[in-house]
Amino acid sequence: MTTTDVGGRASPPAAGPGAGSLRRGRGRRGAGGAVAGGGGITPYLFLAPYLILFGVFVLAPSVYVIWISLHDWDFLLPGKPFVGLQNYLNLFRPGTVTSGPFWQSMEATGKFVLFSVPLLVAIPLAVAVMLNQKFPGRNFFRAAFFAPYVLGVAVIGILWAFLLDPNIGLVNYYLDKIGIDTNVPWTTQTPWVWAALVGPTVWWTLGFNTVIYLAGLQDIPKELYEAAKVDGANPWQQFRNVTLPGLRPVLVFIITITILASANVFGQPYLITEGRPGFDTRSAIMYIGQEGLRDFRMGNAAAASFILTLCLIVISVVVFFLFRERKER
Amino acid sequence: MATTATTNQPPREQAPPSRASVGGGTRGPSLASRLGSYTGLLLLTVLFVSPLLFMLTTSFKTNFEAAQPTWIPKDPTTENYTFIFNAAQTPVLRWFANSLIAAAAQAALIVLTASMAAYALARMDFPGKRLITALVIATIFIPPIVLLIPNYVIVAELGWLDSLTAVIVPGVGGAFGVFFLRQFFVSLPRELEEAAVLDGASRWQIFYKVILPLSKPALATLALLSFLTNWNDFLWPLYVLFSPERLTIQPGLSTMQSAFTTDYATIMVGGVVASIPVLILFVIAQRFIIEGVSRSGLKG
Repeated sequence: MTTTDVGGRASPPAAGPGAGSLRRGRGRRGAGGAVAGGGGITPYLFLAPYLILFGVFVLAPSVYVIWISLHDWDFLLPGKPFVGLQNYLNLFRPGTVTSGPFWQSMEATGKFVLFSVPLLVAIPLAVAVMLNQKFPGRNFFRAAFFAPYVLGVAVIGILWAFLLDPNIGLVNYYLDKIGIDTNVPWTTQTPWVWAALVGPTVWWTLGFNTVIYLAGLQDIPKELYEAAKVDGANPWQQFRNVTLPGLRPVLVFIITITILASANVFGQPYLITEGRPGFDTRSAIMYIGQEGLRDFRMGNAAAASFILTLCLIVISVVVFFLFRERKER
Repeated sequence: MATTATTNQPPREQAPPSRASVGGGTRGPSLASRLGSYTGLLLLTVLFVSPLLFMLTTSFKTNFEAAQPTWIPKDPTTENYTFIFNAAQTPVLRWFANSLIAAAAQAALIVLTASMAAYALARMDFPGKRLITALVIATIFIPPIVLLIPNYVIVAELGWLDSLTAVIVPGVGGAFGVFFLRQFFVSLPRELEEAAVLDGASRWQIFYKVILPLSKPALATLALLSFLTNWNDFLWPLYVLFSPERLTIQPGLSTMQSAFTTDYATIMVGGVVASIPVLILFVIAQRFIIEGVSRSGLKG
């Protein structure tokens, strides 16, 4: 691994184990890392409390979900007959009671991802570049932008349902003041509902991506900027030719986690638009919750959650390879 | 963090000049662009903080005034608080206590079990180590939603529905804590452990007399992040808790929203009560939280 290879250099801060293993390799002779023996059952005793919970609440359910999805699993009824792939077929066959609402919710989720991700990738990058300059109070700004992120989605949901209330909300009040149409039906009508979901989401999570970008920016060697300036690069050229390439691994990371987070949207439509109008903004997770845990058609909900999961995995892999390609060019 | 400082020791001669050049400021962006960014940032800050301030001031308004866009209540009142704290259907203080218990208990359990497991995975050799490490890390990529239905069934089988146990225990099985601490333990100097072994210390003694004291910042960060995550959790407690007096504060807020539909002054009380502890925690431990997040890529 060469230190001059900028593209491959900065591993995203989140992929920290790289740093750990590097140190280990450079450190002491022993590869395994054990001090003395470490044999016997001691390691297993250390692991046991965690592994039991891990097994019961992570490992087992990730297999159990498939089992449930193969049954007509009504939580409240004693019989849970095996139905094979029927739940999946129902979700894929047009015209069944389940396929319509499910794909509608997938579409709503897709739209939310499409609208929110570009903003959540671009705006935090701009903010991070601004914050990366040395000036008094930059830690204050960093904290101010990050603050909403420490709040729960339930808080931001009820707060924005209030601010976006068509009649008494602050947003319409100020729009009215600057002479824009009043009574925008933010929470009940398309296309406004999308702004009502995306806007608060950007406000809520912008700080998170900003902080990750900032960590990435700090990893770009100052010497590269010096060199660019010597070559007469203006700020925009510096951004294009030094910052962006240096941030590439961080960008891949941000794009991936932002897509995943947006695809898991639940609280905002649950609390702000309540899925309206009709079920236009009901997200996939809202559908799964309603179907499985309110109407107790768990077999169908399990199948739906499994399909959603496969979609998420495919998306992550595609994003990963898309950006890997570009790196090699 | 301290470890980065030690790793960066070799190119020592290089570090001071580059830092000086940053401080020097002459080559920084022009004054105009600085002023531009400054104004932009200030405007953004106002935009970011004002919704929270408005939530706070609205909670002290009368319900009549809550429909007005005033920033400072003309006739400030605490009646929303007293009303909501005593309402049987929305016992906000009870929810607050439930959330406090759940978040603290889960954070403690995570720190305890994850530190033990991470220590074994970072510093011991045993058959199955690679398999276990791979399994634990692989689950980081499992979207939590796929576990919702099966975990509900499992929790129901265990008889935990509608109890705080359901909110506390399942999350302790998550891989994040182990992953986070393992990274940290691997970076600790091995010499200290070797010295302790020569002194005849057992694994357990090394763990709680050497490793844990050295890891206080990492343990504190994990505890904080775990507390915040559990405090803010919405989806899971929304479905596993039903009785009004057993809810945690986040699902509680959603029931307030449906109970008081447009009675926003009252609903904002719930928002304030749910936000105050995490915002205070954030102000106190800002550095830990932000660094922990940027280091780990934790997503809520």
